[in-house]
Amino acid sequence: MSRLTDKNSVIAKEIIARYPRQKSALIPLLHLAQEQTGYISREAMVHLGELVGVTSAEVYGTATFYEMFRFEPIGKYLVNICGTMSCALLGAHELMHHAEKRLGVKAGGTTQDGMFTLAHAECQAACTEAPCLQVNYRYRLRVSTTDLDKLIDDLEAGKLSEEIPAHGVLAKVRQHIAPDRAVGAVAPELVSEAPAWLNGKAAL
Amino acid sequence: MTIVDPTAENIVADPNVVNITINDKPVLARKGELIIAAADRTDDFIPRFCYHPRMSSVGMCRQCLVEVETPRGPMMVVSCMTPVAEGQIVRTATDTVKKAQEGVLELLLANHPLDCPVCDKGGECPLQDQAFSHGPGESRFVEEKRHYEKPIAISEIVYLDRERCILCDRCTRFADEVAGDPLISFTSRGNDTQVMTFPEEPFSSYFSGNTVQICPVGALTAKPYRFKARPWDIEQTESTCTSCSVGCRVVVQSSRDELVRFQGVDIDPVNWGWLCDRGRYNFESVNSTERLIAPLIKSDSGLAITSWSVALESAARIIRTALNSGTDSVAILGGARGTNEDAFAWASLADQLGITQRDSQLGDGLTPEIFNLAQATIDETCAASTIILLSPDLKEELPVLYLRVRDAAQKRKSRILEFSPRDSGLTPYAWRSVSFEPGRQAQVVRETLETQEMQEQIRLGEVVVVLGRANLAENESFTLHALGEILHAIPNAKILPVLRRGNVRGAVAVGFTPQKNSGDAIDILTKAAAGKIECLILLGADPLADVADSDLVARAFNRTRSVISIDTFINSSNRNADVVLPAAAFTEKTGTTTNLEGRISNVTQQITPRGTSRPDWMIATELGLSLGIDLEVSSLDELHQKMTSSIAEFSSCANNPVINSDGVLIVNEASATISRASVVLVDRNSYSYRLIVSRTMYDNAQSTKTSPSLVGIITKSAIYVNPLDLARIGVVDGTNIRVGIDDKSIVLPVNAHSGVHRGTAWLPYNHTSVDIRPLLDITSDVVDVRIEQLR
Repeated sequence: MSRLTDKNSVIAKEIIARYPRQKSALIPLLHLAQEQTGYISREAMVHLGELVGVTSAEVYGTATFYEMFRFEPIGKYLVNICGTMSCALLGAHELMHHAEKRLGVKAGGTTQDGMFTLAHAECQAACTEAPCLQVNYRYRLRVSTTDLDKLIDDLEAGKLSEEIPAHGVLAKVRQHIAPDRAVGAVAPELVSEAPAWLNGKAAL
Repeated sequence: MTIVDPTAENIVADPNVVNITINDKPVLARKGELIIAAADRTDDFIPRFCYHPRMSSVGMCRQCLVEVETPRGPMMVVSCMTPVAEGQIVRTATDTVKKAQEGVLELLLANHPLDCPVCDKGGECPLQDQAFSHGPGESRFVEEKRHYEKPIAISEIVYLDRERCILCDRCTRFADEVAGDPLISFTSRGNDTQVMTFPEEPFSSYFSGNTVQICPVGALTAKPYRFKARPWDIEQTESTCTSCSVGCRVVVQSSRDELVRFQGVDIDPVNWGWLCDRGRYNFESVNSTERLIAPLIKSDSGLAITSWSVALESAARIIRTALNSGTDSVAILGGARGTNEDAFAWASLADQLGITQRDSQLGDGLTPEIFNLAQATIDETCAASTIILLSPDLKEELPVLYLRVRDAAQKRKSRILEFSPRDSGLTPYAWRSVSFEPGRQAQVVRETLETQEMQEQIRLGEVVVVLGRANLAENESFTLHALGEILHAIPNAKILPVLRRGNVRGAVAVGFTPQKNSGDAIDILTKAAAGKIECLILLGADPLADVADSDLVARAFNRTRSVISIDTFINSSNRNADVVLPAAAFTEKTGTTTNLEGRISNVTQQITPRGTSRPDWMIATELGLSLGIDLEVSSLDELHQKMTSSIAEFSSCANNPVINSDGVLIVNEASATISRASVVLVDRNSYSYRLIVSRTMYDNAQSTKTSPSLVGIITKSAIYVNPLDLARIGVVDGTNIRVGIDDKSIVLPVNAHSGVHRGTAWLPYNHTSVDIRPLLDITSDVVDVRIEQLR
């Protein structure tokens, strides 16, 4: 039962309506599916295929192209510890060992309670702030082992739930495009005039 | 493509001709043509893997790099993505080009396993060939190659070896662009990219075999051919597939006198190189151990093997005895399975014996009169601005014609106007799809064509009606009435008749159709059921399994004194026959066949007929001699001569024993008209469901169920209704329900299907486990059934 929920199906319909061609909505919809369960299940891919009128093989092909879409259950918090040059020089390995010990899983594993997934990461473009890590792609900079312990304590206690939502949630505020500002289900080659909200400021 | 030489005298320069130079030789190309396509008409071969002339170019493999002169000097371009331009100078074999091509090949081979000695493709592999002709000869790659699980089955038929794959996009492009079944796709990224289906969902395309044929490496292999033969010990001949009436050209390949593989041949007018999986793989039935290998005669202990002379004498005696009671007491059913010559020989024999009751269709087609309407070819159909479908689901019954019509609607300017009782394979590509309840099509067609939108569309240009029998549970006259409405609204519309049996058009042309006002197959069976037929000759027909009305045909066989069957297998109709004569199968005999558009092309013998089986025409002449009739035919050539000189339609291939790949079109003059008729509508009780019975690609046909690779794909009988109706019946998907009419009923699973409209129910014909025919009554106009929960 991990097709989109009724509530998410309504959101999906709104997302689809933004695009001239239904299948263009596929990637936002994959994010929606990932938001729902933390990962994208097969049932969700079948559902998305039905929604935008492509085969599930095409959904699968599109989804697997992207690294940040997950297809297996994943922890609520994905902890990516950078291990590239600057971070490695400033103690990333020790940090990883500490994290492994603390969480009781090897890098790549998920804790039994489903809270944390620990992973190696390549450079996260914060070399000046090494060693760094990301929790659900939110940065933590110049992380010491003490910082890491505190971070895990806070996450477990739910103190950071405002700042760091569960894996799969892109942002607290969902993008909303009013129908009159969306292109809508019109084939681009059939569009003859600029949308009204441009107020004639730009030509097509 | 014909290119007019603009330099020749008296020829107006063709504005679409572009002059280019390939390796210092002038070449004429067409505007918009790709360099690689132009080069293919010269002797200079450009290596390639992903380019395929019948699909769009993607520039995936980069193997076809060539140099083109530019103002800044020579530039490397991908010749499958670069169109020709006036004055273009192309070089395909300079040192730079060679270095680039060798580089690409070295990279393609970096992860390729080089297991050619155990690879089925070895010996006919473009990668192997081009590694020799355009490759560096040595690899600098010493690291471990990429590993995947060796072949995984991606469908019942196709196996995928991802290690061998070079990611050319041919199979995925075919599945998406040509077949419209994108069930395989590139997945993952970079080094991990691979062709894959959705997890646990097979590549169940009706056209999957084509991906195996066009795979330029050994990544895709098909179960029937895996490890069966090597290309160098294959013998082959070109022939025409007779599984259905599209008439695709095939190469028939055998090894040690056993069929091993069919490959599609690219001819412009018909199949473009494609085949459906049924036509490609049902050759396995020819190799079947169940084949009849000797004549059989009825004995106290059932059918017993006998000699040809005894069998023929016995058959002759039976026919002679029956004829003593009048020529009306003998009837022949079948004749569409064999070649034109086979049917002609049997028709000649029947003529001489005075047997007028003969029919090559079994009450499931349309009157042969439709061949006398203004005809369109497949090419004309696909060039028409409006294609009206009043036909069975082409994807199921005439699969390669589906590919052609789909292509016309998707990539060319044709628009499909579909009239169909349920959604078909072409519905997604139709411009307008109009559904109707069986029995109401004439009214629906009339009302639709009266609308302004349709009137405007019709005026745009040629209109071709693809005409066939969409529903076995309704009287054929409904289709003809609907056609009458179309021809009334569009008098100059042409017809593409799509009767599905392999050579039905040829059989009808040579006279294998009711003669002198005799009745058709159903009339013959009705007479037989009344005890008026003494001898029934089955020429490759199995009425007990094939005629929609099982009750009628059972009564007919009960009252018929003797049955003579000429067939390749023991089937339900000849199990109790008096004489069974073994016939040579397709690929075991030579002759000509006629496809649905009237294209006569040759079929060629490739292997020795099994046992003592003989071609139908030879059986006819031998049986004639036993009956004291000399057909004056001692060879196939003589028979062909005789046929082309005596049958007007075949005059186009007279004195033309060698028929080329494209074949020749039958000579046909429009002589018939179908006019409007008033139709009495049969109302449906709102509690009942109107039946739509039609065939699907894999059914219990003899050639499918005796092909080991296909038999597993045949689905079990089920009835399909609209999801809303399923709720009304009050059961969930897959529940067994009772389907009944009057006092007859059957129990089978019911499934929801959004392509079935409310108030109708779709029953696929001739599937396994439950025989649905007790529901059908061939004399009634339409069939309305009750669907009830089991108590």
